[in-house]
Amino acid sequence: MTDQELIIPTTANEALALNQPIVEDHEYTTLNLGPTHPATHGIFQNILQMDGDRIVSGEQTVGYIHRAFEKIAERRPFYQITTLTDRMNYCSSPINNFGWHLTVEKLLGINVPKRAQYIRVIMMELARISDHLICNSILGVDTGAYSGFLYVMQEREKIYEIYEEMCGARLTTNMGRFGGMERDLSPTAIAKIRDLVNNSLPRIMGEFEKMFNRNRIFMDRTVNVGGITGKRAMEYGFTGPNLRAAGIDYDVRVMEPYSSYEDFDFEIPVGHNGDTYDRFMVRNGEIHESMKIVRQALENLPEGPYYANEDHYYLPPKREVYRNMEALIYHFKIVMGEIDAPAGEVYQAVEGGNGEVGFYLVSDGGRAPFRLHFRRPSFIYYQAYPEMCKGLTISDAVAIMSSLNVIAGELDA
Amino acid sequence: MVSNQEVVEDIVAHFGEKLFNLEEPYGLLTVTTQRENILEVISYLNDHEKFRFTFLTDITGIHIPDNKGAEFGVIYHMHSWENNVRIRIKVFLSENDINIPSMTGIFAGANWMERETFDFYGIIFTGHPNLKRILNIDEMDYFPMRKEYPLEDATREDKIDALFGR
Repeated sequence: MTDQELIIPTTANEALALNQPIVEDHEYTTLNLGPTHPATHGIFQNILQMDGDRIVSGEQTVGYIHRAFEKIAERRPFYQITTLTDRMNYCSSPINNFGWHLTVEKLLGINVPKRAQYIRVIMMELARISDHLICNSILGVDTGAYSGFLYVMQEREKIYEIYEEMCGARLTTNMGRFGGMERDLSPTAIAKIRDLVNNSLPRIMGEFEKMFNRNRIFMDRTVNVGGITGKRAMEYGFTGPNLRAAGIDYDVRVMEPYSSYEDFDFEIPVGHNGDTYDRFMVRNGEIHESMKIVRQALENLPEGPYYANEDHYYLPPKREVYRNMEALIYHFKIVMGEIDAPAGEVYQAVEGGNGEVGFYLVSDGGRAPFRLHFRRPSFIYYQAYPEMCKGLTISDAVAIMSSLNVIAGELDA
Repeated sequence: MVSNQEVVEDIVAHFGEKLFNLEEPYGLLTVTTQRENILEVISYLNDHEKFRFTFLTDITGIHIPDNKGAEFGVIYHMHSWENNVRIRIKVFLSENDINIPSMTGIFAGANWMERETFDFYGIIFTGHPNLKRILNIDEMDYFPMRKEYPLEDATREDKIDALFGR
């Protein structure tokens, strides 16, 4: 009997070293990652079973910031639900806002003018950029590179300034109205967007990518960490950058173009392994594609009105409200939510920061939805998290969670 | 690219009377079936060689108290990425016998979607590996999205119905 045969592997590390199965009858350590943990970037808990420093299994507890949006929506007039959608994926609220507007416009049969559609595309792509910037830079922070986060933060601030120009708010934007936008692109906003997509963001992205893309430490931390196959990702309901990192090029913007996305020429970045590094690279690629879309939209911005001529649903200009009886009546009726929507059943999907954001709306012909369901991409793909972490260490689990971009608001609705 | 018409012809030829209420609201093909057939319908669409509805977009519930005998609905949205066509499948259940087969055997992602539906409507998904509350607290003893729980206090008197239509 040699010495080696006497060693019984009790941890995954030893088992790996000896190439033997782990002995089953020993204790696991239970470790709580969260609910409030700097690495979760939001409030949700992961109860992990650890074998030494390897994760054996995990269970997530979600719902810490559940705010019953679907229930609240059943009592609110349609336009008041926009503010609820802000608070789902708060890193890219304009996408949720316009997704909701598109849903109601589909139900009401409103045709949005081309100019408004282009402005929406610009704002949605800026939102996508800010969402991806945050996700990727936080991944940098979680793997030990803080300065990348500070580089891109000033760019996100510029995007927020553009939001302020467009709607007055920064985070929970409540942007747009049924039938168009509530205000036109101002010259200041155009100048700011031009500067962002032509000068500052490409330069900062160059620096950011130079810092990470071929960085030995970053690659060691992310390549082949938390990979998922395309097939498995599809079974788990992945959409968005996380799915595309696994090699499936499903993008709602291309598959079912909304808001004139068919007018723009852009690529869908895809990865191979679906690991943390691929997710990072796909998001970086999408930032460049989004900039391309914004440039095209600004260049070809059509002239014309920025809202549809829909008196029943679009608030009249304030000047008219004071002078014109009809306008006053419509203003009052819209604000009080007295205008009924037709009965019907609509599903509208938009490509959010994390994937397909779906709105399933059932209207019974009243002032509020009879049933409204939000398909939240984070909620659906987060269930794959324990499977992706299996056999890895806590520090890998943290990197995987950052790269999945789980937004607590979207997770819990 | 497959049109809704082709899908309808195929599934009607295959299932016949098992599918009813074929509609197309806002361009999305909608069919209704019964609890006994739902597993069969979904696996058929998932395994179909031509249509390949391999992606389960969403599962959700609905409560329609006035629809006597079929108060609760479960709504499935499926998507074929290869053909870019969507289908919506509905099943209605009586409040006295509120259970339906789980889809977790076919789609791993159905797990949380079904838990969410259970959490809010109390619909039992038979065969689900871990059917417990997900967003609400475990101690909750009612299903909050049901219509018998109005959001606003019904006894409130400071709002005049005649003026504001509430």
